[in-house]
Amino acid sequence: MIALLIRDLRLTFRAGGGFGLGLAFFLLVAVLVPLGVGPEGETLGKIAAGILWVGALLACLLSLDRIFALDFEDGSLDLLATAPLPLEGAVAVKALAHWLVTGLPLTLAAPLLGVLLHLPAGGYFWLILSLALGTPALSVIGTFGAALTVGLKRGGLLLSLLVLPLYVPTLIFGAEVVKRGSAGMDAGAPLALLAAITAGAAALLPFASAAAIRVNLR
Amino acid sequence: MNCPGFTGGFAGQSDGVDLGGMDMVVSDLAVARGGVTVLAGLGFTLRAGQALVLRGPNGIGKTTLFRTLAGLQPAVSGRIAVPPESLTYASHADGLKATLSVTENLEFWAAVHGTGAVDAAITAMNLHTLRDRRAANLSAGQKRRLGLARLLVTGRPIWVLDEPTVSLDAASVALFAGVVRSHLAAGGAALIATHIDLGLDEAGVLDLTPFKADTSTGPLDGGFGDAFDEAFA
Repeated sequence: MIALLIRDLRLTFRAGGGFGLGLAFFLLVAVLVPLGVGPEGETLGKIAAGILWVGALLACLLSLDRIFALDFEDGSLDLLATAPLPLEGAVAVKALAHWLVTGLPLTLAAPLLGVLLHLPAGGYFWLILSLALGTPALSVIGTFGAALTVGLKRGGLLLSLLVLPLYVPTLIFGAEVVKRGSAGMDAGAPLALLAAITAGAAALLPFASAAAIRVNLR
Repeated sequence: MNCPGFTGGFAGQSDGVDLGGMDMVVSDLAVARGGVTVLAGLGFTLRAGQALVLRGPNGIGKTTLFRTLAGLQPAVSGRIAVPPESLTYASHADGLKATLSVTENLEFWAAVHGTGAVDAAITAMNLHTLRDRRAANLSAGQKRRLGLARLLVTGRPIWVLDEPTVSLDAASVALFAGVVRSHLAAGGAALIATHIDLGLDEAGVLDLTPFKADTSTGPLDGGFGDAFDEAFA
């Protein structure tokens, strides 16, 4: 399992691995929005939470199709499926690797971009907390989508269409946490629901993903 | 791992590292590709120390048979009795990562299978001079040699090899035949689909042509296409 995690991380950091792509996209979204909306701090502060969450979500989406497609093309996925590693575990490890190279950097970069978007001072703590709790769900749900579409030619667009609706609850509760936190209100309820989505997805979806891969390998 | 294609294992032989006494018994097997049964009534026994060469024209279903044996797809009918975690499958694709070096590729599969036989595998497949080269910079034959070296680091007794000699030169074929021979001598077994003569005189030969399924009755899922046509008629 650890060998698989190390391999996936190593592949991402090597040439053509795509590390930083999501992060750069996130940065661009956060830079472009003030250009489009205008520089008024009050307007930007109101939409900052939503923009940052939508940006993080789309940045996550960018790299999803790489999770299984490359392994499928070079035959590694067949070999992993016949290896002593349980496929459910391999899927969970791949989701973790995806989070480590997209979700985690996005979480760490978000406060800097919050400054660009005039996020109210009280919101930074809640922004980091909500992204740290919510982005693992994005990776796990995305891995499930990638497992469903593995082996399809040009499955990337279908993958986005499948996964985006599933991201809606995470987006709603994640942005709600930041909005309430910024306004000084109690953000406990949306935070608990966000954590529940992540925990539920991480517990159940690896099994669904493994089943989807087994069907797609036939 | 519970594979859908497996109908059972041999009692008392769950240790995948022990190369002795690993028999594979296939009886009355039918396999399908794309809903069409390609092979039916196939049966053979592969004992430890034996190699079986499968022959048959393109499209007879060798790859489909191997994917079924490996548990990647379910059998239509029949029984595959094989000890659990004993089989490793080498397909047309080598499963190599282009940006990893030869050693890194092998180390990964060795770690997944819990063995440490990387150096032995590199020696056996004559990859010494290429150890630190990235897989992307290998020639087709060198990639194939690396893909076959993966078999050695899995530590599994039954090798299922789909056209293992594609893009290998004569010297490499001889080298690989030697590797298979020493694997058999150690109590392993090999099932090989090939169109060329490997020089394994001791191997049995099984011609798949007699087991070709009668497809004149039409594919099993033929209804879908018809319904689609009717809908737009």
